[in-house]
Amino acid sequence: MTEAAKMQVSDEIAISIQGMNKWFGSFHVLRDINLTVNSGERIVVCGPSGSGKSTLIRCINALEEHQKGSIEVDGTVLSSDLKNIDKIRREVGMVFQHFNLFPHLTILENLTLAPIWVRKTPKSEAEETAMHFLEKVKIPEQADKYPGQLSGGQQQRVAIARSLCMRPRIMLFDEPTSALDPEMIKEVLDTMIALAEEGMTMLVVTHEMGFARQVANRVIFMDEGQIVEQNEPEEFFNNPQSPRTKLFLSQILGH
Amino acid sequence: MADNNTNPIAYMRETPLPQLDPPASEAGLGHWVRQNLFSSVLNTVLTLAAFVSLYFIFTSTVPWFVNGVWQSESIRGCREVLEGATGGCFAVLTERWNQLLFGFTYSDDQYWRPTLAFALLFVAIAPVLFVALPRKMLYFTLLYPLLAFYLIWGGSIYATISTGLGFVVGYLVYSRFVASSFALGLIGGVVAAFVTWWLGGFVVDAIAPATPFLEEIPSRKMGGFMLNMILGVVCVSLSLPLGIALALGRQSRLPIIRIICVVFIEFVRGVPLITLLFVANVILGYFLPPDTNFDLILRVIIMITMFSAAYIAEVIRGGLAALPTGQYEAGDSLGLDYAQSMRLIILPQALKISIPGIVNVAVGLFKDTTLVSVISMFDLVGMIRGPILASTEWNGVYWELFMAAAVLFFVVCYGISQYSQWLERKLATDHR
Repeated sequence: MTEAAKMQVSDEIAISIQGMNKWFGSFHVLRDINLTVNSGERIVVCGPSGSGKSTLIRCINALEEHQKGSIEVDGTVLSSDLKNIDKIRREVGMVFQHFNLFPHLTILENLTLAPIWVRKTPKSEAEETAMHFLEKVKIPEQADKYPGQLSGGQQQRVAIARSLCMRPRIMLFDEPTSALDPEMIKEVLDTMIALAEEGMTMLVVTHEMGFARQVANRVIFMDEGQIVEQNEPEEFFNNPQSPRTKLFLSQILGH
Repeated sequence: MADNNTNPIAYMRETPLPQLDPPASEAGLGHWVRQNLFSSVLNTVLTLAAFVSLYFIFTSTVPWFVNGVWQSESIRGCREVLEGATGGCFAVLTERWNQLLFGFTYSDDQYWRPTLAFALLFVAIAPVLFVALPRKMLYFTLLYPLLAFYLIWGGSIYATISTGLGFVVGYLVYSRFVASSFALGLIGGVVAAFVTWWLGGFVVDAIAPATPFLEEIPSRKMGGFMLNMILGVVCVSLSLPLGIALALGRQSRLPIIRIICVVFIEFVRGVPLITLLFVANVILGYFLPPDTNFDLILRVIIMITMFSAAYIAEVIRGGLAALPTGQYEAGDSLGLDYAQSMRLIILPQALKISIPGIVNVAVGLFKDTTLVSVISMFDLVGMIRGPILASTEWNGVYWELFMAAAVLFFVVCYGISQYSQWLERKLATDHR
């Protein structure tokens, strides 16, 4: 699959981050980040906890504000201008570690809320799209339940479907399987693999190295707020360059 | 042991065991009584003591109700009928019932007006309280405040129409400008409404008929339980939206808005309600131009609303703080703007968490409306303490009157409390 998938990467630039820096108070979390992501590319970001990988992808849809440098998403420059932020958020979907479904709405309402209110899609059309994506993540029969009635893996698949209903061009995944029981991780990864096969541009923060090997075009290793190493998955896992990467890989693959 | 050695672990049941009835000692009334009333020596003593006290309470109160006198001209009449026996003088309730409900200066032939307004209140709030009812009923809810005002106060209908027109014009201006800027829409809407009312004032004065269809009844004639209901209903319905606005304002990123909200909440919460009522009654008069006629009920409504809005704002702030930040982030990442994510995601959840607190404030506020009796308004308690107890006929009938007041308030407050518990059960979708 990897060969076919690599074919879909275009020359079109989806995300371009230049010289980006971010501080939490006086703590320098992200230091001089430069990253270009092409359309259709699938990037896995890994690294020890506190290395700034979540913060990096949260900066892309402005959930966190960066202080220096520039972020450009699909040609729109991310500035403090609310119109640009809203425009980027409509094009960029995000999946969270803790799903963040809306507990007071049914699954179907969770999925149709943003299309109806943000995209102004008619309700019947939005529901059709929602059912389409629920079938894609293989839980159409749960449409009328509330999030609290679903298992963790099902909730995360609903969260993926909720993002897809906005027809995003880029998907960000912030440790999507970290809060799941082991037997539910596979169903979520399968959904993500299916999405990758369709050529979605994806940035995935995860520790699932099997997923990285199978799907990613590129693996990025971050430590102490910096991109330390990036390479194609085979090279990255078989022949890591920096000592920090070697240590990290030996720790997570060592058992 | 020998069996275990031949067949150490493997075992399979082929027929399920049937369910048996529990033994007699574990079921039935006898079991319940033993378990709950006489399970130990101490419990037996307590149970017997409770039965004895219940006996004394019943034997002393039941005759008071049973012998109660319902028809009499005065307390002396009651005493003659009772001839020294124990008995309540409930005649004061039958004699002065209308005064307890409407005050002592509201014209008797106009009682139907507040009564009708009260009955229509249920129609108006039903669609707000029960989502299952047809949404079209909400149009009546919007119309109801004007209708109730016209029914209770009467006077020229053009004044009521002009008031309604002000709201309509304000809303139209607001919706015209709100797309470009919320602040512009809000300010424009408020200004337009006031201009309409000001202009409307001239027109209404010019065309007002000499004898209006419904006789005008000034605020000072309002009284009795009706006054408590007016104050309670108006103040609760105004202080809820104001409280939400204050709670959101307190979380605002704009420092000016946040400071205004914090100062307002902390100041109003730090002052006793009775002080605010005295301010409304006396001190406000000194600051207003001498000949302004600023309705006393309106002044009291403003003060009570401010007071309870500050409390409700703090209750809702607690609800907002209880939501995980992930809910805000999910809304943001889907591209919802501030107003949308508040209305669709944050407030529905925060308000649900806040229901018990809001109801607590609402019930407290409703009972606190009796404080207006201290600034010489004749609400239910004011009527009892003033005109009724001070009259020569009924001087000394304390128990019966205050018990009636307690029953009236209890019915309303218990109703509110039961509704809120039903609502909480209905909204429980998180399946914790």
